[in-house]
Amino acid sequence: MLATQNKESNAPASSGRRLWAWLNRRTGLDTVLETALYEPIPGGARLAYVFGSALLFIFISQVITGVFLALYYVPSADHAHTTVAYITKAVTAGSFLRSLHAYGSSAMVVVLFLHLSQTYIYGAYKGRRELLWLSGCVLFALILGMAFTGYLLPWDQRSYFATAVGTNAASEIPWTGESLKRLMRGGTEMGTLTISRFFVAHVFLIPACIFALMASHIFLFRKAGAAGPINENPFEPKLKPELFYPRQVLMDLSLTSLLIVGLGVLCFFVPMQLGPPANPADTQYVPRPEWYYLPVFQWLKYWHGAASVIGILIIPTVLALAVIALPFLDRSIERRPWKRPIAMGAYAFVLFVLVGLGLRSQYLDKHDAGIAQQLVKQENEQDEFMRKPFQPELSSASLAAANVALADPLAAKGKTIFEAQSCNACHGDAGVGTAAAPALVGIATKFPPEQLTSLLKHPSSKMTAGGMPPVDLPPDDLKALITYVESLK
Amino acid sequence: MCAYAGGSGATAEKSSAPGLSLQNRRSFLGALLGVGSTFVGALLSVPLIRFALFPLLRRTTELKSSPVGAISDFSPLTEPAMRTIQIEHVDGWRKAISEKAVYITKDQQGQLRVLTSVCPHLGCTVPWNKEKNQFICPCHGATFTPDGSRISGPSQRGMDTLETSVQDGQLLVRFQYFRQLVSGKEVIG
Repeated sequence: MLATQNKESNAPASSGRRLWAWLNRRTGLDTVLETALYEPIPGGARLAYVFGSALLFIFISQVITGVFLALYYVPSADHAHTTVAYITKAVTAGSFLRSLHAYGSSAMVVVLFLHLSQTYIYGAYKGRRELLWLSGCVLFALILGMAFTGYLLPWDQRSYFATAVGTNAASEIPWTGESLKRLMRGGTEMGTLTISRFFVAHVFLIPACIFALMASHIFLFRKAGAAGPINENPFEPKLKPELFYPRQVLMDLSLTSLLIVGLGVLCFFVPMQLGPPANPADTQYVPRPEWYYLPVFQWLKYWHGAASVIGILIIPTVLALAVIALPFLDRSIERRPWKRPIAMGAYAFVLFVLVGLGLRSQYLDKHDAGIAQQLVKQENEQDEFMRKPFQPELSSASLAAANVALADPLAAKGKTIFEAQSCNACHGDAGVGTAAAPALVGIATKFPPEQLTSLLKHPSSKMTAGGMPPVDLPPDDLKALITYVESLK
Repeated sequence: MCAYAGGSGATAEKSSAPGLSLQNRRSFLGALLGVGSTFVGALLSVPLIRFALFPLLRRTTELKSSPVGAISDFSPLTEPAMRTIQIEHVDGWRKAISEKAVYITKDQQGQLRVLTSVCPHLGCTVPWNKEKNQFICPCHGATFTPDGSRISGPSQRGMDTLETSVQDGQLLVRFQYFRQLVSGKEVIG
């Protein structure tokens, strides 16, 4: 810092450099950048180390696209689908941004898996990295939680039924399952409270936890130091270090840019589809989760009744605990994969089971004529919905007005009388009220029909003072008028 | 958008800051990184900007013109005729449909004119009084001529005319609300 200042005072510095020097004196940015960029990597920069940075960048992309999508999205069962359709079909670049966000979640899962695999295969969790690994495990769960909660938000057939299956699976957990399901759904059934809950989790709770965990993950990573290649000692690095900047930064950014541009190209040419709005009464719909949940989906099919305790509670818990406890269980400093047959065998086995379950699920769908046919039908319905232009949602007030006219001929007649008698002159159209007279909306809760009839015939002194004349109509017409006025909501 | 720009900006800083005290090769790489990420950031912010500026690029709210009837139906008009029109108001992803009464009448020159039935005094619906050949507001007694001009009463101006257009022989009207209790016609909203 001091050297920089002296150098600057001797040479005529450009205004840009002077500004930078001033910023530096005030903020100490130089030190921050130095700490960030001059991290030693034992054994030098490698392409294998890019996944952590890539995850960070995709997460930032998810945050940005997510915030922008919230400009138009409304989390409620009656508006969610319309607003997503609006984003997809009407808003400029809406389809692209939504696709970027949706495919981004898949990309996140893929890169997360690569990051985890690299750490595992390289034995990079070894030596004073227990907390780093633990925070990574929590981040893993949080990111899967983001994918699960975000999937429901468009509220189309696919997302509705997939989430119905997902939340149903929770109820299979012995003892607490049913309560857990109700807690997630905000009730026994999926509905508008489910959207609110998923939205809050997706937009506030989980991201907040991810920010905090990511910060601690990076902090713990810097504290422990980069693990380096497989022949490096995880406690005391011996290989010649290379600084993070510039080569590793270059690799990280190049690969991330490539990934994001690749996603962009995909979104441009194969945008994410939106299906018809969720119809809980559709009994034929065959729900299928997003590809990365297929293995879990298939796994759950095998466990029912009493055995479900084993398949849904015990096995996943043991597996999760084994993963979490890995750095505590595996204390050797040996990092070369061929010298760690148990660890590598377990990895290969889990991978094999996951891929196998996923493929099995696909295979079963293809070879069950009924399901295959229904899945094609669902695909076609989705294409058909995408071809239709955007239809604005009719506001509830308009619907209520239309419904009154349609539902009850007596109320419809009453509406004609209401207008012919100029009641709407003072009480407003559809009884919304004006400066001259109060609103009649919801009057049914205050006055039952008999009392209202008598009030119309003989207005109270307060009403008369306000200019309300007595209503003189044949009994049938008066009944129709009362029916209409009582229907105003 | 901002964070992308911020991201690329940060990269540019990364490149120039240590560049001061580092070799040329590093400065060059830094500049390359800065330019590259700025380029990618800028490219990605295009859809974000377009997405956010959508209301500037297209109409997001719209008051559609409502059909009143065939123009030929109104040529033999001798007194104001009331019609209920359906008003479609598009508001982003939703639309509201409401009904409102308007009067079709003729001005001094015999040209068709459409009046809103909302009284310019306090907003009551003004009925046509055939016997007196006047519009008489039931609330506070404002009166208007058949073409909507003010005669007497508390209203400070005549009944408000609505924008009209003709399409395929159909008379269309654009329904709007106007400020009450003032002498000039002033659109609300």
